[in-house]
Amino acid sequence: MKAPIISVTDVRKSYGRGANRFDALRGVTLEIFEGESVAIVGKSGSGKSTLMHVLALLDQPTSGSIELEGVDTTTLRGRALNRTRNKTFGFVFQQFFLTAGSSVLDNVVLPMKIAGVGRAERKRRGMAALSQLELADKARNKAVDLSGGQKQRSVIARALVNDPRIIFADEPTGNLDTSTGGVVEDILFELNREKGITLIIVTHDEDLAARCDRRIQIRDGLIIDDEAVAA
Amino acid sequence: MRTTDLIASAVSSTFRSKTRTILTILAIFVGAFTLTITNGLGTGINRYIDDTVTSIGAEDVMTVTKTADATNGIADTGPAEYNPDSIASGQPGPPGASVIALTPDDIDTLGGIDGVLAVDPTKSVSADYIEYADGTRYVLSIGSLIPGQTVQLAAGAEPDGDSPELQVVLPVSYIEPLGFDGDDEAVGKTVTIAVTDAERTQHLVEATIVGVAEPTLAGASSVIPNAALTDALFSAQNTGVPTDEQQRYASASVTFADGATDEAVTGLKDRLADAGYTGTTVADQLGSFKTVIDAIVLVLNAFAVIALLAASFGIVNTLFMSVQERTREIGLMKAMGMGSGRVFSLFSLEAVFIGFLGSAIGAGIAILAGTALSAALSGALLANLPGLTLIAFDPLSIVWIIVLVMGIAFVAGTLPAARAARADPVESLRYE
Repeated sequence: MKAPIISVTDVRKSYGRGANRFDALRGVTLEIFEGESVAIVGKSGSGKSTLMHVLALLDQPTSGSIELEGVDTTTLRGRALNRTRNKTFGFVFQQFFLTAGSSVLDNVVLPMKIAGVGRAERKRRGMAALSQLELADKARNKAVDLSGGQKQRSVIARALVNDPRIIFADEPTGNLDTSTGGVVEDILFELNREKGITLIIVTHDEDLAARCDRRIQIRDGLIIDDEAVAA
Repeated sequence: MRTTDLIASAVSSTFRSKTRTILTILAIFVGAFTLTITNGLGTGINRYIDDTVTSIGAEDVMTVTKTADATNGIADTGPAEYNPDSIASGQPGPPGASVIALTPDDIDTLGGIDGVLAVDPTKSVSADYIEYADGTRYVLSIGSLIPGQTVQLAAGAEPDGDSPELQVVLPVSYIEPLGFDGDDEAVGKTVTIAVTDAERTQHLVEATIVGVAEPTLAGASSVIPNAALTDALFSAQNTGVPTDEQQRYASASVTFADGATDEAVTGLKDRLADAGYTGTTVADQLGSFKTVIDAIVLVLNAFAVIALLAASFGIVNTLFMSVQERTREIGLMKAMGMGSGRVFSLFSLEAVFIGFLGSAIGAGIAILAGTALSAALSGALLANLPGLTLIAFDPLSIVWIIVLVMGIAFVAGTLPAARAARADPVESLRYE
C-alpha cells in the first residue's frame, strides 16, 4: 500500500474562548493518498473550509497532528513553511483572486515570482501553463477583461505553474454557469489523471463530489461519512 | 521573492491607483519643494558670504590690535589714564573709539609669538580726494589688501604688491564720475590722490589704475592701493611728524599657518592675549552674521519639515487604503508562501517610492523655480549686491533632501506595512 501524502490524526480546531468558544473541527482523522481526488462536502458552517485551511497549512490546528509526506508539519516554521506551501500546493478559489489591473501572465507567474524564479524562466513556464489551458492568446490581456470561465482557467494555470503535488480547490465552479463549470471540472480531473496531481475539492455541489474518487462528508466538525465513489 | 521583483512590484502597485498616488505625491512635493528652496536660500547666501570673506580677508590672517583697558575714555572705575600712544581707530567700532597704536617694538614682539608666520602693520591712510585729469574731485577711503586677499575684478588686474610702480584698483562706482567711458577704458590711466599731512599741507600722489573692482558686501567704495602706493601715501601723510613718531599703526595683520584648526587659532589668540594683544579673524567678524542667516534658514527649514510631516500622514492614509483594498491579494500571496517580511518590504518600498517621486519632482521643480527667481531678482531687486545668487543649489544637499523625504516616507509606511505583514491569509481569503 502507498504511503499517504497527507495524514491527519485527531485534529481539532476551535475559535474564541469560554462561552464564545466555537469548535470548528472536533477530532478529524483521515489519510489522503498521492494521486487521489477527494471531495470534502458539507453544509456551510460544517467545518469543511477550516479543514481545507488546516490541510493547506494556512491555519494551525488547536490540537492533533498533520503529516505531509511523513513530516510532522508542526516542525515547519517561517521560511520552511512558506517554501513548502509554495512548492507543494496550488490553490483554486471560487472568487478567483486575480489582480484585476495586471496582465493574465503576471497573475499566473505570481507563485514563481514569490519563489524567486528568474524573469525569463517565469515567462516560459507561465506561457506553457497558459497554452495548456488554451489561454496563450490572452496572456497580455488584463485579468479584469476575461470571462468567468477564462478567469477560472487562469487561476488553474496559476495553481499549476509551480508543478504542485496537491491542488486545493475551494468551490472551483461556484461562480460559473453549468457548461463552463463542466469545462473547468474536466480540466481539473484531467490534471489529476494525467499528471497524478492530488486533488482536494471543497464543495457542496454533489455532482462535482460524485466525480471524485472519494467523498468525505463533514457535519459539525466531524467526518460522518468517508467512502469511495463508484466512478 | 527576489529584491528586484519586489521593487518592480512595489513600483507597479504604486501606479495602480493613480489619482490617490498623485495626490499623495503632490502633498510631499509641496514639502520637498519648500525644503529645497529654503535650503537653497541658505546655500546661496552663505556661499555669497564665503565669496565675500576672501575679499574682506584671507583665511589665514588675523587682525591684531593692542588690548586697551578702556577705549571710550571712561573706564568702569573712573577716567582712563592718558596714553601717548593712543590713536584713532581704523577698525569698526563706536565713533570716537581709539586704540593704542602698535609701535615697531610691538611688531617685533608679535613676530616672535609662536605660530605667527608674518606680521604686516596696517598703514591706515585717510585721503582727501581723488581726481582724474582735472575733473571733479571725489572723496574716497583707502582700503588695504593683505597677502592672500583677493578682489572681485570687473576689469584689469589685481594690484601688484611687489611692484615699485604706484598702482591702484578703483571700485566700479568711481569709474563714470571720474570721467572714464568704461571699466576697460580706465585701466592704465593715471589718477591723482590727495592726502593732508600733520602740518595741514596737501600732497598729491599719482597712481596708475590697474584694475576695476566689483563692489562687494564689505567695502563697496574702497580704493585699493598696492604696497608701494600705500607706502607713498603713508609717508606723505606723515610728513613733518618726527621720525620716531611716524611708525604708529592702528592694527597689524598676522599671518598664521594656512588651514590651521580652530584649536590652533584659539591657541594663537590666547598667546596674543597673554602678550597684551587682541586677535580677530575674518571668521570672528562674520561669525555672527552667518549665525543669523543659519538661524533664519533653520526656521524656514522647520516650516518645510512641518509640511513634510503633514504629507507623511497622507502617505499613511494612502497606504492604509491600499492595504485595505488589497487584503485578498496579500492573503493570496501569503497563502502562496510569501513571508511576512517580504510583504512588509513590499509596502514599505511602495511608501519609499512615493516619497522618492514626491521629493525628486519637488526638488527638480524647486531648482528650476529657484534658478529662475534668483536670475530675475539679481537683475532687479538685488542689483546692488552683485555676485549674489539668492537661491543656489548644492547637489549634495539635494541628495540629502531626497534621502530625508524617503526616510520620512519609510517611517510613515511602517504602520500600514506592518498591518499588511500581520494579515492572516485565512482571514483575508474568507468569503461567505
